[in-house]
Amino acid sequence: MGSSAVVSAQNLGLTFKTNDGDVVALSDVNLSIDKGEFVSFIGPSGCGKTTFLRTIADLEQPTSGKLTINGQTPGNARKDRAYGYVFQAPALYPWRTIEKNVALPLEIMGYSAAQQAERIARTTALVNLSGFEQKYPWQLSGGMQQRASIARALAFDADLLLMDEPFGALDEIVRDHLNSELLKLWAATKKTICFVTHSIPEAVYLSTKIVVMSPRPGRVTDVIESDLPAERPLDIRETPEFLAIAARVRDGLRAGHSYDGDHV
Amino acid sequence: MQRIGPIIVMLIAIVLVWYGAAIGMNAPWQNDVYRRGEVTNVPATQFIYDTWNQEKPVLPTAHQVFGEVWNSTVLVAPNKPRSLIFHAWVTFSATGLGFLMGSLLGIGLAVLIVHNEAMNRSLMPWIVASQTIPILALAPLIVVIGFNIFTGTLGIPTDPARLMSKAIISAYLSFFPVAVGMVKGLRSPETIQLDLMHTYYASPNQTFWKLRWPAAMPYLFTSLKVGVAASLVGAIVGELPTGAVAGLGARLLAGSYYSQTIQIWAALVAASMLAALLVIAVGIVERLVNRAMGARPA
Repeated sequence: MGSSAVVSAQNLGLTFKTNDGDVVALSDVNLSIDKGEFVSFIGPSGCGKTTFLRTIADLEQPTSGKLTINGQTPGNARKDRAYGYVFQAPALYPWRTIEKNVALPLEIMGYSAAQQAERIARTTALVNLSGFEQKYPWQLSGGMQQRASIARALAFDADLLLMDEPFGALDEIVRDHLNSELLKLWAATKKTICFVTHSIPEAVYLSTKIVVMSPRPGRVTDVIESDLPAERPLDIRETPEFLAIAARVRDGLRAGHSYDGDHV
Repeated sequence: MQRIGPIIVMLIAIVLVWYGAAIGMNAPWQNDVYRRGEVTNVPATQFIYDTWNQEKPVLPTAHQVFGEVWNSTVLVAPNKPRSLIFHAWVTFSATGLGFLMGSLLGIGLAVLIVHNEAMNRSLMPWIVASQTIPILALAPLIVVIGFNIFTGTLGIPTDPARLMSKAIISAYLSFFPVAVGMVKGLRSPETIQLDLMHTYYASPNQTFWKLRWPAAMPYLFTSLKVGVAASLVGAIVGELPTGAVAGLGARLLAGSYYSQTIQIWAALVAASMLAALLVIAVGIVERLVNRAMGARPA
């Protein structure tokens, strides 16, 4: 903990100023993420989980508290290219082939042609897209496009991977498949992953730590350390241990949020 | 065949209406001719034939117009002032130069507007206002004053000076669609694509060349097609008020001085063919660029 943490948030708050008044997106968030952890952020819409991820990425500016990435400010971490970001949509550039899309960050960061070729080959293999390098995005399925965007985020070897509901738009079969592939990828690369999701099974299946959040104002209501084994076949989701963690996540969500809408 | 059918039917309809209208519109003059020549009892077929073959008809018929086009292109050496190709070339050179200047100006303005909010607020109203002034009012000013400046102060020979004056009018008309289209195009990348660049700590230059510019290509070519047609109109308008002796505009003006309606129509046909060729040329470049950018075949 402390200075060794990859992500460290202390009393972090973020308030958006809008025409309808202030919206408190994050309030008093305290969190520490260590190297190599797989952390899921789960909560209903408007709980600030995406905002928190974007704050780590220096895409939003906190209005109070302190946030450090590898001991630096988010701005400096971004300059260091400390993280790769996977968005909800693949956001591939349609005029670039898969290979060229993966090369995009490498071109921007000034890698040589030889380094680019090596990294493209390595990361496309890692997400099982070898053989599709010359295809354009529209020639690929949604799941393959999102895998290409993960390869793009991995290409420049940042140790931190920020994923904002990357599989949210995909059907359940593809999603299960990509989840188990993501675990393998995490085991192979030893990266620290922050993963935003709406899905309780997805969060429990993937994570070593689950951060449960609630809206109005966005805050952390529970942090659950998962004791599931590192090796996780898909049918681990039927085991009592898995279901116990899922139940605790569900409780945390219920406690933090009224589904009757009487608080609104 | 299914696609050609309607086109042929439409074409036949146009020709029928054309020849029908020619009978009615040319009849008064034809009756006059008969009266003066004291010709009576003209058979209907002879009457119709005569209305279709007058020397200075109110409405020339298709075979007269295309006959004139044929005579003044194929049968005349292209460097003679009698040749429509000669005039089309003069107009085309002004159109091309003006289109190039207008497109570059339009793109440049769009880049400034997209990158600078102050520019957006200060330039955009002027760009819109510039197009509310009738070009017919402005063209003589530009042609006369511009020509005098070019030949006088700058000491440029008369022919390039005349070309430049016309090109400026072309550019004045064509920069607008390009500027407006490119502003939209350069702003077309989605937030998520811009955020991606932000996470890479990309420089504004990199964001421009790797994202905004390629994203704007479809918008650019749509604007260029409008712009190239506007350029041609500009060049022709630029040839009208100067007493110019060369160019399709001069040909139109000369035709109207001497009531050479067939010549006017032939020049109009030449102008529309030139416009079609220019738009097709832009379309071909667009297709090549699309292919290089991996666009999904339509």
